[in-house]
Amino acid sequence: MVVKPLTGNYAAAYAAKLARVKVVAAYPITPQTTIVEKLAQFIDNGEMDAEMIRVESEHSALAAAYGAASGGVRAFTATSSHGLLYMHEMVWWVAGARVPLVMVIVTRTIGPPWNIWSDHSDLMDQRDSGWIIMMAEHNQEVLDETIKMFKITEDPRVFLPGMVGLDAFILSHTTEPVDLPGQELVDSFLPPRRQPYIMKAGDPILMGNVPRDLHDNMRMREDIHKSLEEAKKVIQEVDEEWYKLTGRRYGGLIECYRCEDADHFIIGMGAWVGDMREAADRLREKGIRVGVIKVRYVRPFPREELLKWLTNAKSVIVFDRGVSAGSAGQLFLDVAAHLMAAGVRVPVKNVLAGVTGLDVTYEDIADAVLKSVAEVEETGRFSTFIEWYYGR
Amino acid sequence: MPISIKDLPKEKLFLPGNASCPGCPEALGLKYLTMALGRKLMIVIPAGCTSIIQGLAPGGAFVFPTLNVPFASSDAVAAGLAAAKKILGEDAVVVAWGGDGGTADIGFATLSGAAERNDNVIHICVDNEAYMNTGIQRSSLTPFGAWTTTTWRGKRERKKELSLIMLMHKIPYVATASVGYPLDFIEKVRKAASIKGFKFIHLHAPCPVGWRFDPAKTVHVAKLAVETGMWILFEAENGKLRISPPSKPYADKSKRKPIKEYIRLQGRFRTLRDEDISILEKMVDDAWETILRLAER
Repeated sequence: MVVKPLTGNYAAAYAAKLARVKVVAAYPITPQTTIVEKLAQFIDNGEMDAEMIRVESEHSALAAAYGAASGGVRAFTATSSHGLLYMHEMVWWVAGARVPLVMVIVTRTIGPPWNIWSDHSDLMDQRDSGWIIMMAEHNQEVLDETIKMFKITEDPRVFLPGMVGLDAFILSHTTEPVDLPGQELVDSFLPPRRQPYIMKAGDPILMGNVPRDLHDNMRMREDIHKSLEEAKKVIQEVDEEWYKLTGRRYGGLIECYRCEDADHFIIGMGAWVGDMREAADRLREKGIRVGVIKVRYVRPFPREELLKWLTNAKSVIVFDRGVSAGSAGQLFLDVAAHLMAAGVRVPVKNVLAGVTGLDVTYEDIADAVLKSVAEVEETGRFSTFIEWYYGR
Repeated sequence: MPISIKDLPKEKLFLPGNASCPGCPEALGLKYLTMALGRKLMIVIPAGCTSIIQGLAPGGAFVFPTLNVPFASSDAVAAGLAAAKKILGEDAVVVAWGGDGGTADIGFATLSGAAERNDNVIHICVDNEAYMNTGIQRSSLTPFGAWTTTTWRGKRERKKELSLIMLMHKIPYVATASVGYPLDFIEKVRKAASIKGFKFIHLHAPCPVGWRFDPAKTVHVAKLAVETGMWILFEAENGKLRISPPSKPYADKSKRKPIKEYIRLQGRFRTLRDEDISILEKMVDDAWETILRLAER
């Protein structure tokens, strides 16, 4: 293992190389582009034994990766924002076909207006598709989870595709020291590719023709849901296996910071969780016991883990970097629904911040949390469930 | 070396009892395709009539690996599949089988992209000249004057010159074919399979349902398209264009049957006025002039 200064995008590219991806299909879009530039360089230099399909659109990027994965090899692509929306039809198709492959999403807001900065609208727009979806906090996690995602998606209990998200620029173009595992270590961790079926000449499989009985079709949707539930176990196991080899683990679906004695919980995902940790430290200096829950995997949703921590909370504040317009932030909606369904009556509030990439500092987070907590401490409830926070 | 019926395999890889309409030209094309490639065939199918023709899951009439894929994606999926087969060292012929919509309209960027990259795929456009599966809507390959459910007074625009556009991609093989000439089609498919890179075959497929003719007459109508000169059979290897034998006589305009013989069999041309027929005749002459010039080079 060597420590190498890597941007989030290069960490993703190294992960794909270490996973021995055989087909890369990609189309340029800011801020994802340097991932596939790096992979193209690896392939052209002979450092990576893979085919690069330089497609004419993102729809085709995922289509080609899907074709390759259906044909029996490890396939990879990466995109952002409009690119992800353009391939949305394929996103559903790949999950429905139960074909494991890995895609890295450098999260970027959606236009108009044109805007390249990070929010989570693009990633969260995919959450109903049947993919495993995770969001990394730092570049080490980008590398680790991209490698692990191959193992998770190719586990027979799962057999679904997976996305690894990282925030535009905050991670994608920011250099951090990253522990780069050796090829032998990754080879010992990743078994040869497994998948439910392989398209092969002479072997007549029909994938995707019209079903005679819609009971079967509905069962297929239920199976995807069940497999995502199963994936919770697999994600935990793989986290532990990776820990044994590298000494790094994150705790599976969520990662907690100062939760043990916390009264008030902040929930978020992605790079700004680092700022949430800082904010929690500052608030604790003021005597407010704040804990941070980082949602690592948004699909499958960490229902049980969250309930474990939140059942006795005084309040829960969910930070979203994207909104389901006309309702509330996507992460908040999941958290609130599962609390309610479990009968947990905790004051819960949604802070929408950083939407469209507006910069958010740890001081902003501390400020928003301080005001919210003050209200709960005084009245026992939040007067509003949703707050658009533009900064101090 | 021309092939004869005796040379064709007897094994049926496209089963009877499939879900095609009576007189379906795509069913003919699929039968010939399986005869041409046998068990090396792998097929990628965008939305279209063939999505239905293959039959209902968990059954199916196709005895060859079949990937059904979204409308605009077939050539990209096929490119990925072909890359995987190359990496795994498997002997396979990957065919993207799209209709006129899946090829020339919604799938056009994907087609052009795969052609430009010279991905190792055969794209066959089975051209029934409208969106038949959704109920006869016009496409860019619907001919001038044809009634469809989105052109009630007849389409006013001309048919896109798809095979010439593909020829200009400078891919190693471009051909036109017709379900009325199975041996010519089979030979072309086999030749395409022997060439590495992107191959394009434009298969003319008269549809009794959408064109409004007697389902017993599919082959007759397909042949009339060639005999009137409205459909020209050719192939181009590495850009070198040759008129195919069934079309050769009709390079001479005097040998061509009047296009009215072709048009009158089809209800979709019922609203054509005499001046429209003159326009169509002029289009036929122009198309031949272009092809003959390209053949001279």
